[in-house]
Amino acid sequence: MIQVILPAHLRTLAHVDGEVAVDVEGPATLRSVLDALEARYPMLRGTIRDHVTHQRRPFLRFFVCQEDWSHEPPDAPLPDSIVRGKEPFMIIGAIAGG
Amino acid sequence: MSKVRVLVGTRKGAFILTSDGKREKWDVSGPHFAGWEIYHLKGSSVDPNRLYASQTSGWFGQVIQRSSDGGKTWETPGGEAVPQPGSMPAGASNKFVYDVSSSTGKPLTTHQWYDGTQHPWEFKRVWHLEPSLTDADTVYAGVEDAALFRSTDGAASWQEVSGLRGHGTGPHWQPGAGGMCLHTIVLDPSDPQRMFIAISAAGAFRTDDGGNTWKPINRGLKSQYIPDPNAEVGHCVHRIAMHRERPGVLYMQKHWDVMRSDNAGDLWQEVSGNLPTDFGFVIDVHAHEPETIYVVPIKSDSEHFPIDGKLRVYRSRSGGNEWEPLTRGLPQSDCYVNVLRDAMAVDSLDSCGIYFGTTGGQVYGSSDAGDTWAPIVRDLPAVLSVEVQTIR
Repeated sequence: MIQVILPAHLRTLAHVDGEVAVDVEGPATLRSVLDALEARYPMLRGTIRDHVTHQRRPFLRFFVCQEDWSHEPPDAPLPDSIVRGKEPFMIIGAIAGG
Repeated sequence: MSKVRVLVGTRKGAFILTSDGKREKWDVSGPHFAGWEIYHLKGSSVDPNRLYASQTSGWFGQVIQRSSDGGKTWETPGGEAVPQPGSMPAGASNKFVYDVSSSTGKPLTTHQWYDGTQHPWEFKRVWHLEPSLTDADTVYAGVEDAALFRSTDGAASWQEVSGLRGHGTGPHWQPGAGGMCLHTIVLDPSDPQRMFIAISAAGAFRTDDGGNTWKPINRGLKSQYIPDPNAEVGHCVHRIAMHRERPGVLYMQKHWDVMRSDNAGDLWQEVSGNLPTDFGFVIDVHAHEPETIYVVPIKSDSEHFPIDGKLRVYRSRSGGNEWEPLTRGLPQSDCYVNVLRDAMAVDSLDSCGIYFGTTGGQVYGSSDAGDTWAPIVRDLPAVLSVEVQTIR
């Protein structure tokens, strides 16, 4: 199971309290994790990436093992520690405002 | 006994204010969807417990919420978990995709940008939700960039009413300061094929065939700030209101000018009359008196607050031109709030109630058609929209 950490507003939208866990069939990648997440929590569709283009929403970032994976290819394999659930896949909202 | 439910959308969530028919004591629930911008929420006249809400965020985009119990609980239609791993849900309540299909849609043209160049159409958010007058599961959405969408499954999925965006004048539409939004949808209760919409800054449009074809209805509007003040499109219409017993008569608050049409928008005439300023956003009609209308004059397009710090609703009992200030119970000094275009509504009790919300977070109510006012709440986030349900 891959552990996913959502921003607080998306946890509320998905009716979950803490981390969520998703099963991914086949290679674990940005795309497959997000596909699994949206299948498990359909109310999140369109809130992380565009419905049609699947482009990441501009104010969200993806972090993997303390590294910014926001611009990595969607089909790049995720590190083994993510796949084995030892490290979480983090979706983070940009800090904005003033 | 009758009950009144006031639905308030704010910059940081939705609030529901309820009272009995006396409208003296109010119960406040919320914030619903705390932290999100709620551009609009509105109830169905067919089933008053069916509410729709537009929830948006610069981070997370658009979400559509639906309630079937008058706002006690909410759901994202089609957002239920899928029992079979790997299968995708059928619903897509926040999926607003412009229809460019060859069979039903229109090419996705460009529209004017602020600097006069052409700019591609991009969905940003839902400004206004208008439930059908005959079916609780049918609802219209006015969106930015300007287009009209319709759902017939309780907001679980949306299809563009593409005849509007594609009718031909789209390349001349341009965004106002708030974006190029379709913010007003008025359904004709006497003719299900007819509806009116308004776009900033394109103007007003009407369909007489259920949305298949549309025509601009801006004749008589004059806007000095555009190259051709009498242009067919390009006018910054802020709001249109109608009395349900006289659907051929429309009232409009334009950027500047309060206007009236007696022929369903074919021709407009100015009825600003003795208003101290005819800039403003809201306009509404008394529930029982089709010639009694309300506006909130705002100083100017560069100073979005009341003149002299005095918050005054103006009422005309003659369908315009002759206006009286309504001040009792409203702050008459040091008040510098704005009242946005979707933030006024009326109830339909015998003594008509008028309600409006401000960018300062106050929601004011009057249970005597505007003669006297009192704040229902004072310290909400900036109010974006106010709707009222009269529940008998």
